Amino acid sequence: MKVLVPIKRVIDYNVKVRVKPDNSNVDLANVKMAINPFCEIAVEEAVRLKEAGNATEVIAVSIGDKSCQEQLRTALALGADRAIQIEAEGELDSLNIAKLLQKVVEEEQPQLVILGKQSIDSDNNQTGQMLAALTGLAQGTFASEVKIDGDKVNVTREVDGGLQTVALNLPAIVTTDLRLNEPRYASLPNIMKAKRKPLDVKSAADFGIDLSLRTKVLKVTPPAEREAGIVVETVDELVEKLKNEAKVIS
Amino acid sequence: MSILVIAEHDNSTLKAETLKTVAAAQAMGGDITLLVAGSNCQAVADAASKVNGVSKVLLCDNAAYEHQLAENMSLLVTELAADYDHIVATALTTGKNFMPRVAALLDVAQVSDIIAVESADTFVRPIYAGNAIATVQSLDAKKVITVRATGFDAVATDDNASIETIDTVCDAGTSSHVSDELTESERPDLGAASIVISGGRGMQNGENFSLLEGIADKLGAAIGASRAAVDAGFVPNDMQVGQTGKIVAPDLYIAVGISGAIQHLAGMKDSKVIVAINKDPEAPIFQVADYGIVADLFDALPELESKL
Ligand SMILES: Cc1cc2nc3c(=O)[nH]c(=O)nc-3n(C[C@H](O)[C@H](O)[C@H](O)COP(=O)(O)OP(=O)(O)OC[C@H]3O[C@@H](n4cnc5c(N)ncnc54)[C@H](O)[C@@H]3O)c2cc1C
Ligand SMILES: Cc1cc2nc3c(=O)[nH]c(=O)nc-3n(C[C@H](O)[C@H](O)[C@H](O)COP(=O)(O)OP(=O)(O)OC[C@H]3O[C@@H](n4cnc5c(N)ncnc54)[C@H](O)[C@@H]3O)c2cc1C
Repeated sequence: MKVLVPIKRVIDYNVKVRVKPDNSNVDLANVKMAINPFCEIAVEEAVRLKEAGNATEVIAVSIGDKSCQEQLRTALALGADRAIQIEAEGELDSLNIAKLLQKVVEEEQPQLVILGKQSIDSDNNQTGQMLAALTGLAQGTFASEVKIDGDKVNVTREVDGGLQTVALNLPAIVTTDLRLNEPRYASLPNIMKAKRKPLDVKSAADFGIDLSLRTKVLKVTPPAEREAGIVVETVDELVEKLKNEAKVIS
Repeated sequence: MSILVIAEHDNSTLKAETLKTVAAAQAMGGDITLLVAGSNCQAVADAASKVNGVSKVLLCDNAAYEHQLAENMSLLVTELAADYDHIVATALTTGKNFMPRVAALLDVAQVSDIIAVESADTFVRPIYAGNAIATVQSLDAKKVITVRATGFDAVATDDNASIETIDTVCDAGTSSHVSDELTESERPDLGAASIVISGGRGMQNGENFSLLEGIADKLGAAIGASRAAVDAGFVPNDMQVGQTGKIVAPDLYIAVGISGAIQHLAGMKDSKVIVAINKDPEAPIFQVADYGIVADLFDALPELESKL
């Protein structure tokens, strides 16, 4: 069984991003970039499926400019067998990404595609679901447990009320939540080994799909800042303020 | 213009967030139809018919929608979508699950998690954990939108719209429900509570959350948590507040033993009043708190409970 893992290059989660003065977008110049944390969890899950004998090959794919090869190498160092970069300049929206991934699914015929539930930059939480719709496959989003069971996969999902388990026919699409696993660190020998693993480059233009944008970003602005309040000395003072000043308790 | 809003519910009650999503739909401007798709969910349709601003309720009651599986829901909504310009749902786990599927089936982009409506095609949404706010225009003829409920004020519920029953059965046959493990709680929903008290890694273990429970009981508050507290197994996943958990904006948010990482702030910084209890005066949570108290939580919490 092949597992396909789409990964995205995003800002490192520790960095607090700034908006450009002209309000055109956020400023990513000289900002530390990393593999989207949910995608890292996806790679880890795929590698564990391989280690457990459920998967035979793990393929990482990323859509973006040449710089995303760095994150593909990270995925290879974590245990993916080979990687595909789909070269695309500039912004694409999730639907375009999903359409490109659909082509990769048609070509590679994986039994399982594991994506992140959301990218921590655009916070869209939609690509996996869109890919599932385009391929006509079942989806197990926000997964905290993935169990292969014959020609099905059981996915336990983190939902608003707690946990829900669904059974999906394979092939299927899974998106990861935070509790699915704790990704390993890449060891130095594996980082070295990753440099020699195959990384194919394809051009988005060659897939023959319309990649025109359906959304237009008009502006990006900083959020309203909260002003820091006061530090109170005692619990009595806190209760008094909440009752009489903020009037949020009675 | 006509708008289809999909109701968020558990087959017995209509979620309060739907009232806020309807408010967002009103801001888009148009005739609003509210879809209740579920199983044995007549009570939800009755509640939906009272929602102000809704001109018609569509009730689709069939076992295929009992668990609102994304595969089936998306087929139903896509079929109904032919009659509407906007398809709108709440950005909770159910809506987040099936709406992008609807968008892809309709071959349109989705605008996720909007907090304001500028016009019928232009929406405001937070990105980068709320550290930037994007104004996005949808260029598609049909708009598929999910709404962050905290951005809108609930509409009232003293109307009386008609209920129309439809019997479209969409069963993709690719997925099935196995089981639910739902957290039972007598307390208000995190998303609907006017007071939330959350605990972080500083709570040290799950038992210590009882210190928050006493206070929550006195205040009628919901209890939340940071990711660190959930990852450590102190409390279940549905209590996580933040960028990748639940988004809350109560009148009062009390953060206890939480440092204030950007991912946590993303889920609560629109609260009206924020209180922080933390023993580290340098903790970033104090930068957003209206009232901070530098103290050991094991001293402060029992005292707070006794003084309420
Ligand atoms: C200010 C601003 C606002 C935007 N608003 C919108 C909007 O409203 N709607 C919209 O559709 N787009 C929008 N975009 C474009 C958006 O940033 C993304 O480029 C695009 O939507 C990809 O989806 P995502 O990363 O948000 O997907 P998500 O659905 O959040 O990502 C989930 C998963 O999809 C996979 N994935 C995502 N991108 C890639 C990739 N490039 N290669 C491989 N795998 C990937 C990963 O597994 C990831 O974990 C906006 C961009 C900007 C700058
Ligand atoms: C992809 C991704 C998504 C994430 N999503 C979320 C999310 O949705 N929500 C979220 O919360 N986090 C999220 N995080 C995690 C986030 O970055 C932080 O790690 C997390 O919020 C820290 O939780 P905490 O404040 O409880 O723990 P810590 O940062 O460890 O802080 C504990 C605090 O407790 C205080 N403390 C300790 N003992 C006491 C005591 N006795 N009395 C008083 N104070 C005490 C300490 O001073 C400290 O400030 C995410 C991270 C990533 C990478």
